[in-house]
Amino acid sequence: MANIDTTLDCSGMLCPMPVVKTRKALKGMEVGQVLQMISTDPGAMPDMEAWAKQTGHELIESNDNGDNVFTFTIKKTH
Amino acid sequence: MAEPKKQKRLALVATKGTLDWAYPPFILASAAAAMDWEVGIFFTFYGLPLLNKEIKATISPGSNPAMPMKMPFGPEKFQNIDWPMPNILMNNMPGFEGMATGMMKKMFKNKGVASIEELREACVDMDVQMIGCQMTMDVFGFSKEDFIEEAEVAGAAAFLAYAADADVSMFI
Repeated sequence: MANIDTTLDCSGMLCPMPVVKTRKALKGMEVGQVLQMISTDPGAMPDMEAWAKQTGHELIESNDNGDNVFTFTIKKTH
Repeated sequence: MAEPKKQKRLALVATKGTLDWAYPPFILASAAAAMDWEVGIFFTFYGLPLLNKEIKATISPGSNPAMPMKMPFGPEKFQNIDWPMPNILMNNMPGFEGMATGMMKKMFKNKGVASIEELREACVDMDVQMIGCQMTMDVFGFSKEDFIEEAEVAGAAAFLAYAADADVSMFI
C-alpha cells in the first residue's frame, strides 16, 4: 500500500469532473507523490484507466468498494 | 516510467446552442484536456452564443420530439417516468420552454452533472482553444467583445488546418 500524500473526494460528481479534478490536483503535486481519488461515478473505473493510459501517470490501484464507491491510487510520474 | 507519447489533439466543431447540445463539446473538450490533449473548439452558427460572457442556453423541446421529460423531484420511481409531451403543448404553451429548461438544469444538478458554465471554465483553465467563426459572427452580428476574453476568432480554412493535424475530430 503506497503512502498517500493527497486525497481528493469527487463524490457526487459525474463525468467528466472526476478526471478534470484529478488532473488539477496532480498539477499541484510533486513527481513521485501519490493521490487518492474517491468517486461515486459509475463510469469512473474505465475512465480512470483510460485517463492513466493517456497521461502516463501510474494508476497503482483501483478499487470497487461496492455501492457505487470507487477509490483510485495514482502516482504522479512526470 | 516512460514519458507519454506525442501530445494528442482533439478538434471539435460546436454548431448547436441549446442547453442539452451545449454539453457534448464542453464535456469532450474538458475530458480530453484532462488527459493532457491539445483541444480546440470551433464555434459556428448556433454554437456561437456559447462563447458569450453569459451563457443563456435553453432547451428546445418542440424541436426535439424524442426528448424525454422527467421530473427532477420526488421519489426515484416517479423521477424515472418518461412523460409524453405532445408537440402541440410544447410549441404553444407560453413559458413551456423556460419551465423545461429549469427542470433540465435541476435534474442535471441533482445527478451531479456540472453546469455548462463550470465545464467551460474548466476548459479555459486547461487552455482549450475557443475559436469563434468569423463568418457567423458577421452574419448574426456578434462582436469579439461579446465573448469571453479567452475566445479567438478564425475562419474555416484556419480551423481545417488545425483539424488536419488532429487525432480526433468531431462535428457536434
